[in-house]
Amino acid sequence: MDILRFLTAGSVDDGKSTLIGRLLYDSKSIMVDQLEAIERSTKNKEEGRVDLALLTDGLRAEREQGITIDVAYKYFSTPKRKFIIADTPGHIQYTRNMVTGASNSDLAIILIDARHGVVEQTRRHSIIVSLLNLPHVVVAVNKMDLVNYSQDKYNDIVIDYSQVAASLGLKNVTYIPISALNGDNIVEKSIFMPWYDGDSLLRVLETVEVSEDINLTEGRFPVQYVIRPQTEELPDYRGYAGKIISGVYRKGDKVVVQPSGIESTISAVELGGKEVEEAFAPQSVVLHLADDVDISRGDMIVKQDAPVQVAQEFEVVLCWMSNTPLVPRNRYLLQINSRNVRCVVKELEYKLNVNTLEKELSPVSAGLNDVVKATIKTASPIAFDTYQKLRANGGAILIDETSNVTVGACMITTQASEKPFWPEI
Amino acid sequence: MSAYKLDYLDQLESEAIHIFREVAGQFERPALLFSGGKDSIVLVHLALKAFRPGKFPFPLVHIDTGHNFEEALDFRDYLADKIGEKLIVRNVEDTIKAKGLTEQKGKLPSRNGLQTYTLLDTIEEFEFDACIGGARRDEEKARAKERIFSVRDEFGSWDPKLQRPELWNIYNGKINKGENVRVFPISNWTELDIWNYIRRENIELPSIYFAHEREVLEFDGRLVATNEFVQLHDDDVVTRKTVRYRTVGDMTCTAAVESSASTLDDIINEIIATNTSERGQTRIDDRVSEAAMEDRKKNGYF
Repeated sequence: MDILRFLTAGSVDDGKSTLIGRLLYDSKSIMVDQLEAIERSTKNKEEGRVDLALLTDGLRAEREQGITIDVAYKYFSTPKRKFIIADTPGHIQYTRNMVTGASNSDLAIILIDARHGVVEQTRRHSIIVSLLNLPHVVVAVNKMDLVNYSQDKYNDIVIDYSQVAASLGLKNVTYIPISALNGDNIVEKSIFMPWYDGDSLLRVLETVEVSEDINLTEGRFPVQYVIRPQTEELPDYRGYAGKIISGVYRKGDKVVVQPSGIESTISAVELGGKEVEEAFAPQSVVLHLADDVDISRGDMIVKQDAPVQVAQEFEVVLCWMSNTPLVPRNRYLLQINSRNVRCVVKELEYKLNVNTLEKELSPVSAGLNDVVKATIKTASPIAFDTYQKLRANGGAILIDETSNVTVGACMITTQASEKPFWPEI
Repeated sequence: MSAYKLDYLDQLESEAIHIFREVAGQFERPALLFSGGKDSIVLVHLALKAFRPGKFPFPLVHIDTGHNFEEALDFRDYLADKIGEKLIVRNVEDTIKAKGLTEQKGKLPSRNGLQTYTLLDTIEEFEFDACIGGARRDEEKARAKERIFSVRDEFGSWDPKLQRPELWNIYNGKINKGENVRVFPISNWTELDIWNYIRRENIELPSIYFAHEREVLEFDGRLVATNEFVQLHDDDVVTRKTVRYRTVGDMTCTAAVESSASTLDDIINEIIATNTSERGQTRIDDRVSEAAMEDRKKNGYF
């Protein structure tokens, strides 16, 4: 049994809340007391059917103030898998919310209303999925009951979306015709769509292979904390605590400490306080080095056979998440894994309109929910990979040092403009 | 490559250890809030994995309401002593006396609201900048929307609309003076995950979690242990039953469940079969209003 983290993209109108409610309900993750609470607030009871959308109902603060909190997490499990759903609200502040939810997801479910087909919003959601480089996409064509379970309608949508997916370079796209309201093709195959020969949604979620998404070839170990007991029994113990974000580490492996570039060898790997032969991503471990080198939080122990990029200037695709606009030459704190460095956002190359896909060249500023291509210069070098190559070491946040708020999400593209990160649309 | 696959409990464990170490790396004076309940016992177990053979970079802190179960308190002292870590206890009773606070009246007077006063005073006394807690997002819908690093102002208030976006595994622990961060390493665990982990790791628990005989009051469909804080009336139905606790909070606001489960296997089977949520079955304080938890959190509660 492992974990699948997924995100649902769609608005209330697409039946997103109903779909989540259906998954929780049909997997028996809803308890009687929770169901009673929903039944109490279900206003239009038809044939005793409860409104599953209410399961994702917001807080009182959200209802009163007409705001939406960016991500709510929901949990359910089957004998095969534990699922973590990042539920992001549909309309307001969509880009910021979806970027946040997608950053921790392995898979996105993109909901399409069978009556309306691929619309502007579908494209917008797909762009964000592509931007965050999610390894798996499920296109759920919902409300099939409202189009008489028409195979032709479904096929047309699949053809349309295939073009979007191809243009954005989306990987591993699976299509499923569903009705979240009636439960068609959610847990069991629907009797109304005998022409559909694929699996039900839950079956797809249970079987999609996510362990292969973890990079086991390029060793990256950001040091979070140094363990030094300095006791009588352990006067010289010096262990580097952190999580292996990619790769495999073994005793005897040659490593390079970045950004200093000092070389050493792994002398021991400890997992849960016990020495082990090897450890791999995403395990949290303690590493020991053969040489007495100066290492502290923010350094990265990199496997010598897979060099990391080390630079002070690089390009990013940046999603702005603050009401205070981003103006070129502004200074921020950049955090990438355990490393914090001061930085300046240099010129903005272009702003991408996620609705029209148009690029506005050299914008003077970026506002909330804007996606821009920018160049960042840091006060000292950082060790990174491009986001496309290694999600775990290519994402960074920007912090406004005057308010301490997280204001931007960066996906590092390249050091120079070697190849376009952004697919040409 | 199948040798390099992690089980879901290993994944959750690694994530929690990573969060613990982020706290150690980012804060000057953190604390681990420890109640003697199962979730905070799991936190201690995870902290051992995160920091041994070193000492914890934080003390264990317990805000004792004075309404705690003896078994939980005994276990708290036993565990702190066994692992050789510092335990700080602050009593709600003392805050009530010092500040002239008014206690709740009624049949089941709760000190849940008053607990927040002692917590905030303790944070101020020791200048804690981060408090690690065992809250889980599956417990309640207000918790479902809270961050792993949740910034609180000097009144401890949670403002749901001013939360920081939390991306990837990057946690922003930057705060202004007077603010503190509540950190929840087991946010992504469910009740069943906790029990499966306790079984796998063979973690010791207070006896109260296993079936035992106890005198209980039947109140509003719940079984509440009779004790000095519960006001009994003549028409109350008091019986002896075989029960266990699914959660351990204050004696006045935690209900027992009728059960003969005496092993972890029995308990896990019962939880798989149950049709009532953890808080729904055992927490009397959440029933007050639909937004009870949301309100308490805004006022500085965990």
